[in-house]
Amino acid sequence: MSPISRGFHGRRREAADSARLPPGQYLTHDFPVLSAGPTPHNALAKWTFSIEGGREPKSWTWPEFQALPAETVTVDIHCVTRWSKFDTSWRGVSLDVLLDAVGYDHPYALAFCDGGYTTNLPVADLTGGKAWVAFSYDGGPLPAEHGGPARLLVPHLYFWKSAKWVRGLRLRDVDKPGFWETYGYNMYGDPWREQRYAGD
Amino acid sequence: MAGHRAGQHLDIRLTADDGYRAERSYSIASAPGEPLAITVERLEDGEVSPYLTRELRPGDKMEVRGPIGGYFVWEPAMGGPLLLAAGGSGIVPLRAILRYRANLGSQVPVRLLYSSRSWPDVIYRDELSRPEAGVAVIQTLTRSHPDDWTGYTRRVDAAMLAEVAWPAADGALAYVCGPTSFVESVAAGLVGLGYPAGRVRTERFGATGQ
Repeated sequence: MSPISRGFHGRRREAADSARLPPGQYLTHDFPVLSAGPTPHNALAKWTFSIEGGREPKSWTWPEFQALPAETVTVDIHCVTRWSKFDTSWRGVSLDVLLDAVGYDHPYALAFCDGGYTTNLPVADLTGGKAWVAFSYDGGPLPAEHGGPARLLVPHLYFWKSAKWVRGLRLRDVDKPGFWETYGYNMYGDPWREQRYAGD
Repeated sequence: MAGHRAGQHLDIRLTADDGYRAERSYSIASAPGEPLAITVERLEDGEVSPYLTRELRPGDKMEVRGPIGGYFVWEPAMGGPLLLAAGGSGIVPLRAILRYRANLGSQVPVRLLYSSRSWPDVIYRDELSRPEAGVAVIQTLTRSHPDDWTGYTRRVDAAMLAEVAWPAADGALAYVCGPTSFVESVAAGLVGLGYPAGRVRTERFGATGQ
């Protein structure tokens, strides 16, 4: 039971917003940027997306990746720093397409990125039409500060799991923490269960 | 609450009498070992900062969680020299680092580059006007400045960083905190000067009531 903060009223939300907002989140119309270090800028000619550890390791160049079937999706996103943004529009390749190409029986994945960022996810959260490698935002190329040229998009988890500047996945038998997870953030990160930090 | 490290933040949760809640994160302003303190910039269109800065009185209740964050922190063992770059209230976690360094008697050399809109917007004006030995404070005022101002008067750019930042060869560790546009520009500028990306730690806040 939370103590009442005397004199605090806050801004009430529209009822429709409340149903779409996970606990402890507020709605923003901006698109804030959060990263632990500088934004990398690397040549597309050297870009690849790789899946390591599957039965058949696989790597796509940027032109090969662009030739894969892509989808446009509109989703709500939720950052652990408490902002949520509704109806964001992305275009990208479903992880189902990518993982089917390698064959896998590993339950966990570690996403790795330019700049050294990593984050861990269960493979079950990357499959079944729930996750994409997105290269377009709101009809245009994905800006570098938002993770371009391509980022993971896993909107049902807190947005730090949607790794910016993603370059591939490492499939694994055991779940090991990525970057923020080693600094006390939750291993899974479900916004509807408010799994912000370790132990939530 | 467990002891904190220099650079960490807290989560504050307010609950209205009908159960409505709002939560925000605030950087810790005090050094490890000092009583816990935060510094709150009041955003007039904010939801939590006007309450904390106008309404809150001793005896009022709120929920506090933390300390949180383990990357944007400085420990003496990490050494230096340190380049601290702050935009606006991004000074707060860097002030915790400066106080920690002073309390420890650390000799690690520090350069602080601090960008504010105007002189009245400068947080910790008095403290920063009397820096500890080994700490250089360089300020820029981007919108307006006093007539006798001798510091910079523009947004931080590559030329300013080249003048102020430690040369890349010194192996400095950089902490950059502020609004997104400030952090993007400073972090990219430092990488342009040859700082390895892994030596530039950033903390950003959007203009959304953080």
